[in-house]
Amino acid sequence: MKAMACECENRDSERTLTRRSFLSKLSFGIGAIMASAFSFPLIIALLDPVTRKTGKKWRKIGLTSDFDEGKVKLVTFKNASPYQWSGKIAESAAYIRREENNHFVAFSVNCSHLGCPVRWEEAPQLFMCPCHGGVYYKDGSRAAGPPPRGLYQYPLRIAGNFVEIQTDAIPITNINT
Amino acid sequence: MNKKINRIWNWIDDRGGISNLLKPLKNHLVPPNVKWNYVWGSATLFCLALQVITGISLGFLYQPSADVAYQSLQYIEDQAFLGSFIRGLHNWGASGMIFLMGMHLVRVYLYAAYKYPREMSWISGVVLMGLTVVMAFTGQLLRWDNNGVWSAVVAAEQLGRIPFFGESISYFLLGGKTINGETLNRFFSMHVFLFPALLFLIVCYHLYLVFRNGISEPPKAGRLLDPKTYRIWYLNLLEKQGVPFFPDAIWRDAVFSLFVLIVLIILAFAIGAPTLTSPPDLTNVDANPKPDWYFTWIFAIFALMPRQLESYVMFLAPLIGGVFLFSIPFLSNRGERSPIRRPWAVAGIMFVVLSVGSLWYLGNRAAWHPRFNSAPLSEYNTIPNPSENVRRGIELFNTEGCIYCHKIGDNGGIRGPNLSEVQNRLTEQEIVIRIMNGAENMPAYASSLSKEDLDNIVVMLMSNKAK
Repeated sequence: MKAMACECENRDSERTLTRRSFLSKLSFGIGAIMASAFSFPLIIALLDPVTRKTGKKWRKIGLTSDFDEGKVKLVTFKNASPYQWSGKIAESAAYIRREENNHFVAFSVNCSHLGCPVRWEEAPQLFMCPCHGGVYYKDGSRAAGPPPRGLYQYPLRIAGNFVEIQTDAIPITNINT
Repeated sequence: MNKKINRIWNWIDDRGGISNLLKPLKNHLVPPNVKWNYVWGSATLFCLALQVITGISLGFLYQPSADVAYQSLQYIEDQAFLGSFIRGLHNWGASGMIFLMGMHLVRVYLYAAYKYPREMSWISGVVLMGLTVVMAFTGQLLRWDNNGVWSAVVAAEQLGRIPFFGESISYFLLGGKTINGETLNRFFSMHVFLFPALLFLIVCYHLYLVFRNGISEPPKAGRLLDPKTYRIWYLNLLEKQGVPFFPDAIWRDAVFSLFVLIVLIILAFAIGAPTLTSPPDLTNVDANPKPDWYFTWIFAIFALMPRQLESYVMFLAPLIGGVFLFSIPFLSNRGERSPIRRPWAVAGIMFVVLSVGSLWYLGNRAAWHPRFNSAPLSEYNTIPNPSENVRRGIELFNTEGCIYCHKIGDNGGIRGPNLSEVQNRLTEQEIVIRIMNGAENMPAYASSLSKEDLDNIVVMLMSNKAK
């Protein structure tokens, strides 16, 4: 009984209070360190697909003779470094227009408004977006509707007899456009 | 036998504390006259439980991988026993949850239940609403068909309008600079692990607050709320007139939830989940992405907004809306609670409901969507016995895309004006100018239409007699 009473008195002594304050700081500190350590795998896993180096690749999309002058043609190509399990989804599409003098342009199929796929309408020579009615002329410039700018373009080059397109990100329109 | 069961139960309860755990629920008092208007929150919670159950069921059948998810959805839909029903129930459960959450919000706002001391209930509720919307969106995307992948692109584009970080946030959402093998898995992990965990934590907190502060008593016009005296007044009210939550109040929640379940089951059986469109393929440009019904009104805003403002609206409107929602309990946390004495609150709700309702109607109509599959005009339904020029004009109207946006008779789109009687509104010269120069929402045809073709179209429009 006596010993217990002693302990009770001790409980509130200054030394005990200092010790308790130290121990709570210690516990909080260890908790904080563990929490940040635990969040580490979550953060790297979230960032891994975003930060991995994919680079850009030139992809052959056809012979120059596959494209007729003055015509627009839809081509598909593989993105830069797809995962093995990506399947069909790793492919992007672009509209290739062959202008005069062996000059080619590659338009992104993504509408510059909200990214929906535009369709090429041969007779009126217009690209039309199904989502909100954006329309572009054959040179990719905005013709009508909500798009804030013309169609985005992919880099394109002629290598020998081949037309090559450079893989690129899905174009994102920013607030300053 | 009974004695034995009783003994076993007593042991479990003594060591396990089951009664003590449930006692607060049984003893919790609620104000009198808490009636049918108080069932919305519990019905939302019921939908959440239903979503968890049907979600786990779907998880056993679904393959969250970009290359095979579509096939597994087809399996769920066509082959798995009751698979189509489970998917339908998950779909309608989500719709139910969004709808009931909206009703709960409106009820709480009209009764000013967010005032002292329940400010944190409101704030945690707004967070829950955000999480629910995120769940709805990420879920729509797991329907990994062509509509699903393009929805991911559209969402990324919207986030792209955030100043400075927009592009990075977009690519963060997609898990890379293009849609790829990782994108679906990313949305799956968010929809199944990350956001449900957050949702669960905050739901628990939201419920804890109900127990801590009590259900707000039905407001009475003229009875003002004073933070200094409210808590004591409320305790007195409970002491004098309070009724136990179980079963005096909970039976209504149970009955209403059962009603919700029956409605959802009927919808799941009768209508089911949205039909899968074509397989996910970003090279298939014939897609026509459209959001689920709860986002249709936002879809409409994007088509109708003046385009100079749009980028700012896309970024600022959700920001201002969010800040406004969070600030409601700080704008006024005392005084009158009855909707009869708060006409501006009622007007505000009516304004929001009418605006969202009208936008929703417009979004469903999607007038701006070019009707690529319009039935073509023919001489039979427009101009009988046409001349050669008129015949050619009709043909051009079909092939040049005019018909996608303009109606003549019963055929054609509705983006532009109906041209059935355009000859009575515009002169020949005015029609020529419009076709050549276009307008804000119409492309100019000057560069693609020959003089002869233009004349033919104009002659056709001027002699058109379709009703």
